[in-house]
Amino acid sequence: MTAAKKDGGMRKEYSPDLIADLEKKYPGLEVKVHAPRRVYLTIDRALAHDLAQYLFEIKKCRFSIATGIDTRRGIEIIYNFSHDASGTYYNVKTVAPKDDLSIKSLTDFLPAANWIEREIHELLGVDFIGHPNLAPLLTPDDWPDTAYPLRRDYEDKQR
Amino acid sequence: MKRIIPIGPYHPLQEEPEFFKLIVEGEKVIDMEINLGYNHRGHEYLATTMTYDQVPFLVERICGICSDSHPYAYVMAVEDAWKIKAPPRAQYIRTIVAELERLHSHFLWVGLAGHFIGYNTVWMWVWRYREPILDLFELIMGNRNHYAVNKVAGARRDILPEDFPRIEKVLNEVEKKAELFTKAVLDDPVIRARLEGVGILPKADAIAYGVLGPTARASGCAIDVRKDDPYDAYDKIDWNTIVFNEGDVLAKAKVRLLECFESIKIIRQCLKQMPDGPIEERIAEIPVGEGIGRHEAPRGEVFHYVRSDGSNMPVRHKIRAPSYMNIPSNVVAVKGYSIADAALVLAAVDPCYCCTERTAVYVDGKKKFSGLDLLKLSWQKTEKIKKRYGNQLYRTLSGT
Amino acid sequence: MGNVKLWGLKKSPWVFHVAAASCNNCDIEILDVLTPRWDVERFGIVLVGSPRHADALLVTGVLNKKSLPRVLRVYEQTPKPCLVIGVGTCACNCHMFEHSYTAVGTYDKHIPVDVYIPGCPPKPEAIIMGVVKALKRL
Repeated sequence: MTAAKKDGGMRKEYSPDLIADLEKKYPGLEVKVHAPRRVYLTIDRALAHDLAQYLFEIKKCRFSIATGIDTRRGIEIIYNFSHDASGTYYNVKTVAPKDDLSIKSLTDFLPAANWIEREIHELLGVDFIGHPNLAPLLTPDDWPDTAYPLRRDYEDKQR
Repeated sequence: MKRIIPIGPYHPLQEEPEFFKLIVEGEKVIDMEINLGYNHRGHEYLATTMTYDQVPFLVERICGICSDSHPYAYVMAVEDAWKIKAPPRAQYIRTIVAELERLHSHFLWVGLAGHFIGYNTVWMWVWRYREPILDLFELIMGNRNHYAVNKVAGARRDILPEDFPRIEKVLNEVEKKAELFTKAVLDDPVIRARLEGVGILPKADAIAYGVLGPTARASGCAIDVRKDDPYDAYDKIDWNTIVFNEGDVLAKAKVRLLECFESIKIIRQCLKQMPDGPIEERIAEIPVGEGIGRHEAPRGEVFHYVRSDGSNMPVRHKIRAPSYMNIPSNVVAVKGYSIADAALVLAAVDPCYCCTERTAVYVDGKKKFSGLDLLKLSWQKTEKIKKRYGNQLYRTLSGT
Repeated sequence: MGNVKLWGLKKSPWVFHVAAASCNNCDIEILDVLTPRWDVERFGIVLVGSPRHADALLVTGVLNKKSLPRVLRVYEQTPKPCLVIGVGTCACNCHMFEHSYTAVGTYDKHIPVDVYIPGCPPKPEAIIMGVVKALKRL
């Protein structure tokens, strides 16, 4: 299936102009085009909030969700933004190192990020600085503070 | 005449701590808190303990009503990660099953909306006419729900040509009933009075909360994964996205009812255009990579992300159901409206209904209403409105 | 008094539906049993709004840590004798959620279950048969 499909004038694939704008604004950005409508943008943790705000407010991308993954380098966080007019997912990837598991929260401009940051906090242990209420979302009230189920070294002590 | 409706709520554990806590002043809702976690079973964790072929069975059981959407998005995530495609016939089969699911899910919602405003007859009628669709699933896929048609790079079962006439027959029947319900619901003055102007979600809030599906399309956001990021058969056939601008419960109802007709259109074209050929691809090796799959479920965009490291189990599987984005927007949609409308507004985003249980309301911290109490308030409001307009709905439904 | 309750239970069981962590398919099939095609209300089987009025509990879904205390409280509030009917494979044996970090075991580890209706979801005919078998046991 080819990616290019005209629908109201917008091609159904990623926009090289958008990528060029981003590369100009963020010189350290790594761009990987995995498929015509799947783009991964790796950036430093300090700039992730800025890039996310730029994609949401200037480039009119919709915040879809965020994904947290436990890796050797630290907890990788991917902010998944969807540019609906072209059907492309622009995914902002960044890593919070294990010795400093924190990142700036997106909730100051994005109410949609509220729940998922709570979820990543309780399941992976990342602190979102500036979040109004990082209370657990899914786990029960008596869940121990230091048990992070989605970490690779999580051991269910009950078994 | 007072009627006692002997049908209990499907609100389990309703005496318990609040799922939706509505803060009320007088008759108006001024704020809302949401409490989750009762349904958490750990799918993302379990998916990393199963092979790629076992995961569709796991994710099907995230939700029983849209049980095709999650495996569909999952297999497309894996296909994106491994850069493979399903054969054309399998693509059409998957599309047909997905649209049949949209039909039965929207009918289900219309029935529940009828129950919430006190028209239990609507509930019974609409669910009665949902049954032929479920019978069809049993015929072509083997189960009324949890049909398990999606497989990485293929479909698990073929739709045989000898079943096409039966599918056509059911579609004709369903189309006639959908026309009847649309007319009955949209032309009835009592239902309009209950749904119109209630629970409005403005477009700016719809964008800020990232809402999806009919909830977004009723607020003027023309987003639909099937058009934006086409997959399988959706860009090979002709159909329309339904969008309204009002953002109230009536607009959401209209989107869902009119989408039923589009689904029927899609299925008919798929049956005509379906090519012959195999329905699965064999996969020789599992590459390393990550992929995103998405599907327009009846409630909105389902998002799955899969990361593979070359082994036969996923390293990470992220699942995001549309209700996750839609439910928080209720905080905006329910404020400023009366308690009697609360049950309906909360249900209008069509959450997997276990989410609308255990609603409780606090009035000045003292009096407490349960989910059933909210329903009863809603029914009482309908009775008052019926006195003003008369009760025409049953006449319309029965054709008199 | 016990005999009167038993007689009432057999003739017209009032049923309360409890779902722990359920995908809702079994719950919808239970509601389907009320719709015109099967219409069990003509047999006197009625879904009630409170466990205090119930003769039988239909339990669905997998028990998890957050819902366990609530399910136990509902069971305590149901006047005895009461039947507990586990609907669906999740209620019978945790299905595929047995190894989750939120799992607390099957229902019968915590409350006595009288009848198990397997299926994912069990067809409405199977649910009716399960309830009838439960009533025959009395």
